[in-house]
Amino acid sequence: MCMLSTKATCNSHGQDSSYFLGWQEYEKNPFHEVNNTNGIIQMGLAENQLCFDILKSWLAKNPDAAGFKRNGESIFGELALFQDYHGIPEFKKALAEFMSEIRGNKVSFDPNHLVLAAGATSANETLMFCLAEPGEAFLLPTPYYPGFDRDLKWRTGVEIVPIQCTSSNGFQITETALQEAYQEAQKRNLRVKGVLVTNPSNPLGTTMTRNELNMLVSFVEDKGIHLVSDEIYSGTAFSTPSFVSVMEILKERECDENGSDVWNRVHVVYSLSKDLGLPGFRVGAIYSNDDRVVSAATKMSSFGLVSSQTQYLLAAMLSDKKLTKNYISENHKRLRQRQKKLVSGLQKAGISCLKGNAGLFCWVDMRHLLRSNTFEAEMELWKKIVYEVRLNISPGSSCHCTEPGWFRVCFANMSEDTLDLALQRLKAFVTEYYNIPEVNGHHQTIHLNHSRRRSLTKWVFRLSFDDRSPIPGR
Amino acid sequence: MGFTLSNQQQLLSKIATGNGHGENTPYFDGWKAFDSNPYHPTANPQGVIQMGLAENQLSFDLIQEWVLKNPEASICTAQGAKEFKDIAIFQDYHGLPEFRNAVANFMGKVRGNRVTFDPDRIVMSGGATGAHEMIAFCLADPGEAFLVPVPYYPGFDRDLRWRTGVQLLPVACESSNNFKITRAALEDAYEKAQKANIRVKGLLITNPSNPLGTVLDRETLKSLVTFINEKNIHLVSDEIYAATVFTQPRFISIAEILEEEEVECNRDLVHIVYSLSKDMGFPGFRVGIVYSYNDAVVNCARKMSSFGLVSTQTQHLIASMLSDNEFVDRFIVESAKRLKARHTRFTVGLEEQGTTCLKSNGGLFVWMDLHKHLKEQTFEAEMALWRTIIHQVKLNVSPGVSFHCPEPGWFRVCFANMDDQTMEVALERIRNFVLQDKDAVVAIKKKSCWQSNKKLSLSFKSFNFRILDEVSMSPHSPIPQSPLVRAT
Repeated sequence: MCMLSTKATCNSHGQDSSYFLGWQEYEKNPFHEVNNTNGIIQMGLAENQLCFDILKSWLAKNPDAAGFKRNGESIFGELALFQDYHGIPEFKKALAEFMSEIRGNKVSFDPNHLVLAAGATSANETLMFCLAEPGEAFLLPTPYYPGFDRDLKWRTGVEIVPIQCTSSNGFQITETALQEAYQEAQKRNLRVKGVLVTNPSNPLGTTMTRNELNMLVSFVEDKGIHLVSDEIYSGTAFSTPSFVSVMEILKERECDENGSDVWNRVHVVYSLSKDLGLPGFRVGAIYSNDDRVVSAATKMSSFGLVSSQTQYLLAAMLSDKKLTKNYISENHKRLRQRQKKLVSGLQKAGISCLKGNAGLFCWVDMRHLLRSNTFEAEMELWKKIVYEVRLNISPGSSCHCTEPGWFRVCFANMSEDTLDLALQRLKAFVTEYYNIPEVNGHHQTIHLNHSRRRSLTKWVFRLSFDDRSPIPGR
Repeated sequence: MGFTLSNQQQLLSKIATGNGHGENTPYFDGWKAFDSNPYHPTANPQGVIQMGLAENQLSFDLIQEWVLKNPEASICTAQGAKEFKDIAIFQDYHGLPEFRNAVANFMGKVRGNRVTFDPDRIVMSGGATGAHEMIAFCLADPGEAFLVPVPYYPGFDRDLRWRTGVQLLPVACESSNNFKITRAALEDAYEKAQKANIRVKGLLITNPSNPLGTVLDRETLKSLVTFINEKNIHLVSDEIYAATVFTQPRFISIAEILEEEEVECNRDLVHIVYSLSKDMGFPGFRVGIVYSYNDAVVNCARKMSSFGLVSTQTQHLIASMLSDNEFVDRFIVESAKRLKARHTRFTVGLEEQGTTCLKSNGGLFVWMDLHKHLKEQTFEAEMALWRTIIHQVKLNVSPGVSFHCPEPGWFRVCFANMDDQTMEVALERIRNFVLQDKDAVVAIKKKSCWQSNKKLSLSFKSFNFRILDEVSMSPHSPIPQSPLVRAT
């Protein structure tokens, strides 16, 4: 007799995927600037560590918030008892305003439509519980964040059907791909309840175009389904084109309550883990115009409320408009500089990236370094990079990318020196393994150009995009 | 086209649109009454006094004092800020090691150091609420069931059933033997499940009990262990009130029973749910714990804890506080002392008016016997009395029916969530009500009172369990419509 539940004994938690295995390898031999300079450098963790100084300096100047005081009086007891799942009103107000500020105040958010959750992990799961029955499906564009397999499917029983995106157009979502995904779901007898997109995209590091967003809204309007927009990276859009939220699109299309039904079917997920760099605090939120979704999600938030002391601290922080204004612009600046550093460092190693303008990572093109245009070759390359180059990066297959050879490489979770070291290691690896001669101090990008074959001891081919390798079920 | 959603009703899930959240039960309705007219000693002295909220507010001064003396425990103060970054980025679901160590240490101390807890078996969750849901997800599939002795905390209906699809089946307990959990009742509940083709996956107990405020004795605990081993089902022991036991008999944790030589138990079947919400009075900090002796459960629960981790800011504070042994030892003793004093004052004050409660030695509430005041021994009469207590006596108390109590007339009344003065006001209001109530039985000996009660409860027995059977099969609340829902 099986003693545990099916959920406990299956693999739907997704932690056997390479995304998490890389982390495990890192844990065994983590790089340290002083104590373990030969260790694995963590580049698989999308964290924002660039602006803590700004937060710390604010804390030093705001002893009341820091010490759980109001006007010098301790409110510890009040906070310790506060367990209302509606959240601390000042916090939700500040959070709603912050979300608005990130969107250039082009849209506003009603705090009463904001539901708190224990991180975006919990927010996404809760939304699935509210919007879909077990066995129903959401369409997601690939590549997507590996954690979605756990967050959206594991305990909810909801299915994910991929919307296949390719490098031919920078992985943008096309009308064709949307329709194909929808039909694929029907073929599999899955009722589609909605589309879930991440904007800015993880792992692509790009913002969605107005075109894509309008197309998505039209699509869900037509099909009468939901659209969930995970906008947790909205504050990391550091260069043009600027970030456009789906809420802006709805406003432009005048989809408010008196307009289209679709108004109630678009929901936004937010979190402070990426924009503010506070993943440990577990601050997530769901925003919905549908009162019933707000009501149900609020009740469900009992399973993962935000600690009241954290709400209090962040309420004070986010209500300080001077801080938020400075933080947002400084954050953009530092992310932009850091990304530039990574991109140019990769270029020196003959490696290019998808042109990105947001996020805490680059979507790196290492297809030319694959032995063959297969996921097996991608895994081989990945293992070399983890074990020999000692960089933990995330292979595209773990993000359900349809084309082998893409990797997500994070740049905001380490010091500049560490990033330099990582780039040095990568360059050395490419030089050694691929024997690429340096021309004018730069490595040449490897093409299927036989005139340069001179000392290619390894097998570097770049096959056309149409060559699909057999991918086992992903 | 095959699957277009033409029907608006199907847009949301059944879970979202149904009543499985259980908030239409009287337990929550009382809260609503309080929210719309809350008592305040000066601003609203005629308001409703909240006695439906099991909070521990008696020892905050001790904690506040500690917090002020230990600024480094907060990552935001000048003294603690050097930790800010490391703590803010730490999202490992194993939790901060110092947090787990401190919680394990605290759990051991609360049990008089008679047992120790392994920090590696401690898994975080979003409060005990999150812990219960998580353990249900780990142990049972939709449609499978847990047995729960009645009366039980109403939130279980939501926590264990709502999103999991798991069922709760009652184990009958009666006032005639102080609601003791008997082997016969366990077997009976198990058989009922078998007959209905429902697979029982475990037994859930709350010890100390909510709403009874009593602890389980050694014999009962041993018999529960024997039972679950024979049936090869899990035992989940919710021990969130462990440190609220203020007088003999002392609290015996299931962890202690496991250590006893003559007890044979497959440890893989035993799990403890814990929280700091009641013992420390920190419900706002959402510190829930699942402690399992089963490695596979620890493993799975840990992965699931991603959906409800404890804020690292809070982990850091708790780690600091609960590893201060001198403070912890002092707090445990002082908190119990104050709870005892409050409980004594309250129960003596009630007895003076002729109101009796179940004899209890723990928890943050009493289980009050008001069957004398029922017009008839029915749940409808209980609801009528409850409405009177809310609207006329102006006390929010929780009616026994919302706890699935098989006998009408019982009410859970909380006493630790207010100051002394407010409690005196509450006692005064109860006294006035008792004096005025025409149906109050005057000077009936307790024995005959119990006997007539027993007779009535026996004759209602089949009726009550029929209701409970229906309730347990459906996700809806036992009351089709609470009076307040109708009123709003």
